Amino acid sequence: MKMKQTESLLKDLPQTDSKETVIEIENLRKSFGTQKVLQDFSLKLYNGENLVVLGKSGSGKSVLIKCIVGLLKPDSGMIKVFDHIVTDLTVGEWDKMRQKIGFLFQNGALYDSMTVKENLEFPLRRIKGHLKQKEMDAKIEEVLENVGLLDALYKMPAQLSGGMQKRISLARTLVVDPKIILYDEPTTGLDPVTSDEISTLINDIQKKYKTSSIIITHDIECARITADRLVMMQDGKAYKEGNLNQFEKSTDKIIKLFFK
Amino acid sequence: MKINIPISKAKEIAKYNTLKLSEKAIAKTVIANNFLTDFADAVLFITRFVKETFSRKFEVREFFHQCFAIGYKSLSLVSVIGFIMGFVLTLQVRPTLVNFDAEALLPRMVAISLIREIGPVITALICAGKVASSMGAELGSMKVTEQIEAMEVSSTHPMRFLVVTRVLAATLMIPLLIMYADGLGLVGSWFGSNIKGDVSFVLFTSQAFKHLEFIDFLPAVVKSFFFGGVIGLVGCYKGYNAGRGTESVGKAANSAVVLASLLVLIVDMIAVQVTDMITL
Repeated sequence: MKMKQTESLLKDLPQTDSKETVIEIENLRKSFGTQKVLQDFSLKLYNGENLVVLGKSGSGKSVLIKCIVGLLKPDSGMIKVFDHIVTDLTVGEWDKMRQKIGFLFQNGALYDSMTVKENLEFPLRRIKGHLKQKEMDAKIEEVLENVGLLDALYKMPAQLSGGMQKRISLARTLVVDPKIILYDEPTTGLDPVTSDEISTLINDIQKKYKTSSIIITHDIECARITADRLVMMQDGKAYKEGNLNQFEKSTDKIIKLFFK
Repeated sequence: MKINIPISKAKEIAKYNTLKLSEKAIAKTVIANNFLTDFADAVLFITRFVKETFSRKFEVREFFHQCFAIGYKSLSLVSVIGFIMGFVLTLQVRPTLVNFDAEALLPRMVAISLIREIGPVITALICAGKVASSMGAELGSMKVTEQIEAMEVSSTHPMRFLVVTRVLAATLMIPLLIMYADGLGLVGSWFGSNIKGDVSFVLFTSQAFKHLEFIDFLPAVVKSFFFGGVIGLVGCYKGYNAGRGTESVGKAANSAVVLASLLVLIVDMIAVQVTDMITL
């Protein structure tokens, strides 16, 4: 199905329609008072891909992923995740759905009164309560090793740097084995070296855990490293869609401002 | 979602809708709208709290942790307050009683005042300052740093983990703190009466409890549970619904103290009326 608001940059886009769709958004609208944030926004996320959503600050990127995960209720439109229309879900159904969706917050959102281990144990104990303590410990060690911070097990979030907090936050997301990960500006506030490390980590996670991801960012380097496909947002709408090569070569004024 | 409309925005809407409303009418509409929004928000919050309280999964560990934080960590403050209450009350009342040659009534009078009214209200007001502000600030900062949203998206029910445990812990621990403060108040009173007199502790307490009846204890205990519940609910509500930005954390803590203190006094006023109706 063609997206209504999205203009493909080139005709030779990968034939993504043949892939399994994990998230499908159609004509999504969201306003706050008189301010229209999302206007007939449509998007598809395919299984196993990293979709980067680019856009200026205030273009509605974060609102979009908060609508997907149910933190915000859209005014109208349809959001389908794994063939379930999420706007129709009951509280119990949301619980099950959210176990399949990981969310990495812009500032990590680690629970600051808990150690790193407790931060990871917190969702694990509530979602996978059937696991024995040994199995939980093994799972926690596995994800911490994957984000390269096994030695931070007993540290408090305040003792970690911004980059480390993002990694731990990613580990907390991974610990419950999500199928989809939504990244809200994963490299914001980090130095270029740490940003690249986080971006590479996003790719590694995708390969290792076979996740599908939506990465909200305005960091072009992050987009270059992680994107299988890109969507540019402008004024609450999907302005352009394409792959990295197509965006790099685009003559569109707005896209050129990003890809200088 | 809570939308409080500022007056400037209301004016803009009124202009847009070509409603020729006067400044006064707009201001009144805005105040009414904000009040109703806040009220509806509070009702929704309490409804969610009740629903989560009776859900099958209860956060036992966090509940005991909160009992420790609210009860044990308030002990030193409540001890000092309780002692001073009894001590000062005795020093203030004693000269008047001496004038009427009724000094022997001192332990009884202090016990009734402390247990029925002064102990519960003053301890609850102190707890409103300590407990409600700490809940407001803690949950407010969790809201600002998206920790509550992080719990929400990982299906870990922040309402159940953060609010239910805190409110129930406050409901249980504040009455215990009040009883403890009453006890120390009597000790303070005994010290006070020994400044200008000589009475043994056993005699003082036996005189104090001799004329106390069940009806003196029951309303005080019942209302102290309400005080605890109100303090917990207000603290959590203000923190949970804090706005964005660090400024809102301070606002949440501040308004939690003010509202909790006000509600403690209102609950006390109602409790006194109800007790009067029952005892008449």
